[in-house]
Amino acid sequence: MAEVKLMKGNEAIAEAAVRSGCRAYFGYPITPQNEVIEYMARRMPEVNGVCLQAESEIAAINMVFGAAAAGDRAMTSSSGPGISLKQEGISYLAAGELPCVIVNIQRAGPGLGGITPAQADYFQATKGGGHGDYHTVVLAPASVQEAFEMTVRAFDLADQYRIPVLILGDGAVGQMMEKVELRSFQRRMIPKPWAATGRHGRQTNNIVKTLYLKPEELEDHNNKLQAKYREITSKEADWEACYTEDADLVLVAYGIMARIAQSAMNIAREQGHKVGMIRPKTLWPFPITPFKNATKNTKGFLVLELSAGQMVEDVLLAVEHKKPVSFFGRTGGMIPTTKEVLDKSLSTMGQKGERLK
Amino acid sequence: MIAAESARMLNTFSRPECIKQVDYHYCPGCCHGIIHNLVGQVIDELEIAEKTVGVAPVGCAVLACDYFNLDFVQAAHGRAPAVATGLKRTRPDNVIFTYQGDGDLAAIGCGEIVNAAARGERITTVFVNNGIYGMTGGQMAPTTLSTQVTSTSPQGRDTLRAGMPIRVSEMLATLDGAAYIARVAVNSPKNIIKARSAIREAFLNQIEGSGFSLVEVLSTCPINWGMEPLEAMKWVEQHMIPFYPLAIFKNNGRQSRDT
Amino acid sequence: MGYLTAQFNVERCKGCGLCIGFCPKHIIEFSKQLNTKGYSVPEITDGSKCTRCGFCAMMCPDFGITIQR
Repeated sequence: MAEVKLMKGNEAIAEAAVRSGCRAYFGYPITPQNEVIEYMARRMPEVNGVCLQAESEIAAINMVFGAAAAGDRAMTSSSGPGISLKQEGISYLAAGELPCVIVNIQRAGPGLGGITPAQADYFQATKGGGHGDYHTVVLAPASVQEAFEMTVRAFDLADQYRIPVLILGDGAVGQMMEKVELRSFQRRMIPKPWAATGRHGRQTNNIVKTLYLKPEELEDHNNKLQAKYREITSKEADWEACYTEDADLVLVAYGIMARIAQSAMNIAREQGHKVGMIRPKTLWPFPITPFKNATKNTKGFLVLELSAGQMVEDVLLAVEHKKPVSFFGRTGGMIPTTKEVLDKSLSTMGQKGERLK
Repeated sequence: MIAAESARMLNTFSRPECIKQVDYHYCPGCCHGIIHNLVGQVIDELEIAEKTVGVAPVGCAVLACDYFNLDFVQAAHGRAPAVATGLKRTRPDNVIFTYQGDGDLAAIGCGEIVNAAARGERITTVFVNNGIYGMTGGQMAPTTLSTQVTSTSPQGRDTLRAGMPIRVSEMLATLDGAAYIARVAVNSPKNIIKARSAIREAFLNQIEGSGFSLVEVLSTCPINWGMEPLEAMKWVEQHMIPFYPLAIFKNNGRQSRDT
Repeated sequence: MGYLTAQFNVERCKGCGLCIGFCPKHIIEFSKQLNTKGYSVPEITDGSKCTRCGFCAMMCPDFGITIQR
């Protein structure tokens, strides 16, 4: 029987990492994710792993680079300002095809911003805050259990495709406490013959690098990365769809906003309104399929985000202007109530939705 | 079959085994060639090539990866000590060294090197100080001397505006975590021999787990200094060494005293 | 009859002149020969004076000089 515990999302992520075989965690304190490093500081010594508080988020992501280059499962976590600092490192990790997990427990921005939850790092996560043509897989948990599950999946995906995986949480999911089933599972550890482990008898030396001075070689390298991204796009998109077959209005939300949207949707259904929901679980690759399906029957979409509107652009692309897409968001770390979302949903249905520019 | 030892005596100054059979791309008279050779000799002598992983900087020596028969990792600018920390903490039995220039280590990477030294990271840093940014065309570095002309100090470094240069070895030697800090030069055969000895000590400090070790090597950049290589070597003697004295600034002492 | 001296690998030379400057006997000079890279390569002017001290080889950044001991 699996162990069941009441845990914070942040703690569940850390525990999942350890159970996934991560033995290298490097972090730096920033609200609202400090439980991750604090949990790791207690837990890693128990499994002879490394938990090191680095001097900055930049140092931490580069320590992850080193550990990942050595072939180990490595993780770091931060929030907005710290994730901004890590962008160069993330570009390097993607370029070097180094598997790793990076956790962003989003807080309100921009700048130092606030410490309450937001979802305004979507662009940074999915369109690449770092330089160059690259992607990281982006997973978006909406519950503490999902935070656990997605962390396990993150390490597997990272190793399988040799790609950094970003877990895009938010301060609510990170801080709230829910029941978690800490199930045991088979770790999918794959060999890493490319790793810089020291030659130890190997014939050729391994070089982990991201510099390709000859344009022909760099283009080849980019093509290789793009082919990988296409493969991931075709295989790994994940989502949850509720009541979309007969919905007049489809709500679109992820993370904590999806929990509120789900409550609003349930109330709306009780009242006889045909409201459905699509909840992307991977933000990159963005799940196109449920939108193609829902577009046929629904009258419109309402995208809900704790931001000024970021994922809504990907929804517009997925819907291809076939149906109206509206948006409702709060910024600054404000979280709407279920009633607010319900009212907005109903009024959107009433007006057939506003077309966005 | 001639043993490695006598073969070495028979044909000295040949390429160390852990250095590849390729030509260096470095400029004529650049000290990187000399310093690579010394690092290679030490790694060969200590027989640690199989378990050594080098971390390359951003700078002229970024291509060090292509010159050593070792596993190598290219780090982001300034972040080599952090990358080395990740490599060493996960594989403590490996020997990890970083090879960094003055911009990489003393400008953008200042936070990383100070904290790695403070933590007593069991890594070895070879710090090539030539007082200028070579790869990018000769800009001022944190170690550029007062009145020294560079492309971003065309009238000479004005210390009122740009401050005084940083003495990295002295600074790091104040940290408890630093076990061995030495400054050497490679501008003469005598200094080269001492430099080799210091690099050897630094690696031995890591192997014996004493703590963080660093060798600062005063070097030339003939092209960007606008000098002939020989002239540049004299310049090290006359201008750099008076400001950056050659010394062992920290030596906690190793356990064993082998030859 | 040749003397046992430092051996210069002509093709590796980049004409930096460090070997010339540090030879204690001052018996290395640039020859008229150019290697395929276009650099003037050094030569020993008086082999009898070469003590094979190795200073030239130590200063050479490019493994251009070997010493037969």
